[in-house]
Amino acid sequence: MTRTEVLVIGAGPAGIAAATAAAENGCAVIVLDDNLSAGGQIWRGATVQETGSSSRGNTTKRRALERLRRSGAQVLGGRCVFSAEASGMLQTLQETGSGSLVEQFHFEKLILATGARERFLPFPGWTLPGVFGAGGLQSLMKGGYRVAGKRVVVAGTGPLLIAVATHLAQEGAVVSSVVEQAALAQLAPFAASLWAHPAKLVQGARYRAKLWKTSYRIGCWVLEAIAGSDGQRLGAVRVTDGTRTWTEPCDLLACGYHLVPNTEIAQLLGCELPGDFVQVDKTQRTSLPNVFCAGEPTGIAGLEAAMVQGEIAGLACAGVSSAPLQKRAAAERAFCDGMEKAFALRRELRSLPRPDTIVCRCEDVTFGSLHGYTGWTDAKLQTRCGMGPCQGRVCGPAVEFLLGWRPVSVRQPLFPVPLQAFCFQDERVEINKMNEPIKEKA
Amino acid sequence: MPETCTITINGATRQVARGTTVAVALLLAEQPSRISVTGEGRAALCGMGTCFECRAVVNGILHRRTCQILCEQAMTVETSR
Repeated sequence: MTRTEVLVIGAGPAGIAAATAAAENGCAVIVLDDNLSAGGQIWRGATVQETGSSSRGNTTKRRALERLRRSGAQVLGGRCVFSAEASGMLQTLQETGSGSLVEQFHFEKLILATGARERFLPFPGWTLPGVFGAGGLQSLMKGGYRVAGKRVVVAGTGPLLIAVATHLAQEGAVVSSVVEQAALAQLAPFAASLWAHPAKLVQGARYRAKLWKTSYRIGCWVLEAIAGSDGQRLGAVRVTDGTRTWTEPCDLLACGYHLVPNTEIAQLLGCELPGDFVQVDKTQRTSLPNVFCAGEPTGIAGLEAAMVQGEIAGLACAGVSSAPLQKRAAAERAFCDGMEKAFALRRELRSLPRPDTIVCRCEDVTFGSLHGYTGWTDAKLQTRCGMGPCQGRVCGPAVEFLLGWRPVSVRQPLFPVPLQAFCFQDERVEINKMNEPIKEKA
Repeated sequence: MPETCTITINGATRQVARGTTVAVALLLAEQPSRISVTGEGRAALCGMGTCFECRAVVNGILHRRTCQILCEQAMTVETSR
């Protein structure tokens, strides 16, 4: 059992900023993250040195990590939060070489900086090997996946597509096209608003300069992924602009439909979520007095918003005024609203899945088998949709878009854990592969 | 050349660069991480530990999210069936 004054969940830009601000102002801070090292998804470090021009360092990231290290906040990686109580305790599972380690953390104040994940939409062929998330493929590249010489289509929606395509091109992939579902009329006001955010504009221009060989197809979307001649792997995608349809041969498809917030811990704790996002006040405080939230779970607004919100949350935990930062936070929130409108999903995407298209990948539940049910409770009981290990993290947002079903409840465990994880309330317990506790540490 | 380590994937020995995630080692070996309930071979999708498509048997332990684990010398990896 570990006690700390401030516990931060998530070591991405928001969590790093929050932990740094709280620790620099005298709080004892621990940061937990499911990933092995700090940085979150946007600053995910390459675990194998990349060979292309993307291997250059990122100054903002380096500075943030250096300042975090100097602040005295302690970062613990590889910890997956599976239960949490607003009274001040949560439990994590760490997968070790020989089994799993269960730990308890007691806190006075909690900062949720749990980030976002990609939204996936089902379409025929999306379970074929060779089809990845857009951010998914980027993260695998950082884990040592070599893409040089491979033909790649990047598709879906959102600003992430351009970043991923750029990274792919820098590592030697042949990115034939970026397929963005949003219509030009929808994107134009957002693009115009970028003039108020010079840093984002410069970033965008840099990306575009590296993608001069790639066609950027606005108002187009992938209808289907088609297997190659072996029938086992991706060989091509069918793309449409709504009137014309064509085939693009490719080895890999990187496809993601913008982001959905990770709000499971907030929901489990009982924080108010008026819509999809966690409700916070000007100091990032949720409806629970000792719980704060920063970054994407409060609205998908990107890196700058995450960092400023994180800093505000950290200062609030330390009892320091964040008034000078709040104007900047408000400006970033406006950017978030613009982005949401720009990349709103077109209704044609609802007719992508065929009756035999798998919607729930964990349990292989097809779109057709959901026909006739009116909501999650019924469908879960009868089809097992959303009942697999990902616990609806992939099919939940998809089904919400396709059928309008709102998620019903969030319960612990938030991730699959060995049953024994619930049996040892006050210990740090290691469970070996036979699921027997083998070691108890003080 | 980066330093390498030797692992076993479905019985075959593979050399991978140190720091390679197990999910990537499976992709490079063209081996599925798991066989789905209707028999489809699957590979990593999200790359960040949320989709569970990359789960495989690592050193005899079931249901490991291989995108969150780095390859280590003498590691054994098997497709989850």
